[in-house]
Amino acid sequence: MNIAELFPKLLDLTVFDYLRSVWGNAPWVEVVLDIIAILTVSTFALLLVFLLGWTERKVLARMQDRIGPNRVGGRFGQLQMVADVVKMMTKEMIIPAGADRIAYFAAPILSLMTSLLLFAVLPFAPGLIGVDLNVGVFYVLSISSVSVVALLLAGWGSNNKYALLGAFRSVAQLVSYEVPMILSILVPILLARSMSTVGLVEAQPIPFFFYAPLSAVIFFVASLAETGRSPFDLLEAESEIIAGFHTEYTGMVFGLFMAAEYIGIIFMSALFVTAYWSGYRLFGLENVVLNGLQLGRILGFLVIAGKTAVVFFLFMWIRATLPRFRIDQLLNFGWKFLVPLSIVLIFVVVILDKVLVEVGLVGGSNEVVRMGIHLVSNLLIGWATIEILRRRAKTARQDYEAEAAARDAARVTAPAHAD
Amino acid sequence: MFAEWQFIALFVLLAPILPGAPIIINRLLGPHKPNYIKQQTYECGIETVGDTWVQFKVQYYIYALVFVIFDIEAVFLFPIAAAFGQLGVFAIGATVLFVFLLADGLAYAWSRGVLEWV
Repeated sequence: MNIAELFPKLLDLTVFDYLRSVWGNAPWVEVVLDIIAILTVSTFALLLVFLLGWTERKVLARMQDRIGPNRVGGRFGQLQMVADVVKMMTKEMIIPAGADRIAYFAAPILSLMTSLLLFAVLPFAPGLIGVDLNVGVFYVLSISSVSVVALLLAGWGSNNKYALLGAFRSVAQLVSYEVPMILSILVPILLARSMSTVGLVEAQPIPFFFYAPLSAVIFFVASLAETGRSPFDLLEAESEIIAGFHTEYTGMVFGLFMAAEYIGIIFMSALFVTAYWSGYRLFGLENVVLNGLQLGRILGFLVIAGKTAVVFFLFMWIRATLPRFRIDQLLNFGWKFLVPLSIVLIFVVVILDKVLVEVGLVGGSNEVVRMGIHLVSNLLIGWATIEILRRRAKTARQDYEAEAAARDAARVTAPAHAD
Repeated sequence: MFAEWQFIALFVLLAPILPGAPIIINRLLGPHKPNYIKQQTYECGIETVGDTWVQFKVQYYIYALVFVIFDIEAVFLFPIAAAFGQLGVFAIGATVLFVFLLADGLAYAWSRGVLEWV
């Protein structure tokens, strides 16, 4: 191995293939490469927290007509997050009296651990992925279920009633929105006929968003709720239950929850991009080769980073715009709207796609026709849904107005007050 | 197959180190002067009343129970989705029936008032 050869390999992100060719096929090579990959992916995810934490504060400030961080590290406060981490590191760790210490410390570790583990199956570029599991999406769903346990442990271990309330809320919320999420991501898997994340991307010459926009919207809303973001931030509603499950956490232990939340958001944005917006693909940019340099890899990486940034911006935008749901509204919205709608979508996609296969309109040049038929079916379902909602809202409004009119009539006939 | 899961196994082993290290660093760098007042539970500024670990609202439990049913059914749907290209018309019919059972379960839970927040 010499440095002159290694440098271009680092540049076009094929360094692992190179190391494999240099070191040979011994069993230890794979272990070492795996460890390097794990550390790279985890460090990358943790560094993203610094970048995106700062970005979010800046963007939110702009949306709320403030300036945001502008002191630490220059005019734009670029090093604000670094300063925050240093501050959190040097704070006293206060463990509340009567806390269940094992649960109290297991919670933040489990929380960040699950967020990091998700990145194992995220395809960053062609051939650049932690591990291409054939059950990739399944793995993601199972790992993200574990984060619910972390939140419950945090609330239960803190010996604080508000923390416990926050934990219950988060269990109800995360568990409820996992169902529409699972059912909506089933649609891209049906279309791609593959559970692997790379398989999903490879099956998208046309992004699946254009096949199944409704499913994409459901997935996006569910991922907002899964990451506990506004308008679904009931688990840490500061005006209702102090700070929810992390009320009793101080210093870096709290920082770990925050990092886990950010990493979760980044991952959900990236998964949304991978499943619906064709991940690292963009008009064949991902396959460019220039003078023997695999330029496509770094371009693909930039493409997925850009797409993810757009989705992350949507997350921030929604946070700055929408007020918080009430818990009964939240659960009704999940169970009585998103879940039935996603079940209907599965029905339609299963039957329609089977018919298209039988007719022979799948794959190759017929892909556009297939997309068009799926899109039309989605638009029809969307129109019907809106129509049903409109009618129900209308009857609800009429009932309310009739009630109000009756109340007014009763007030007129009632004897007037002395004043 | 084994090589793939070897990566996950190594990741699971290494992953606790990354969150564990900051906690240890925090403990070493930060001051450590616990006292009675400081360690009291923070609940809106007044002294806390009663035990925290009490019986809680059953509604949370019921939602979790409904979720388990849906989750397990979804586990069976994923392999069907992945193998969709190789399925015949009969298998698709069975899948539709299965999804119908899922929808029926939701309708049943709905009609029994399980999904009402009370």
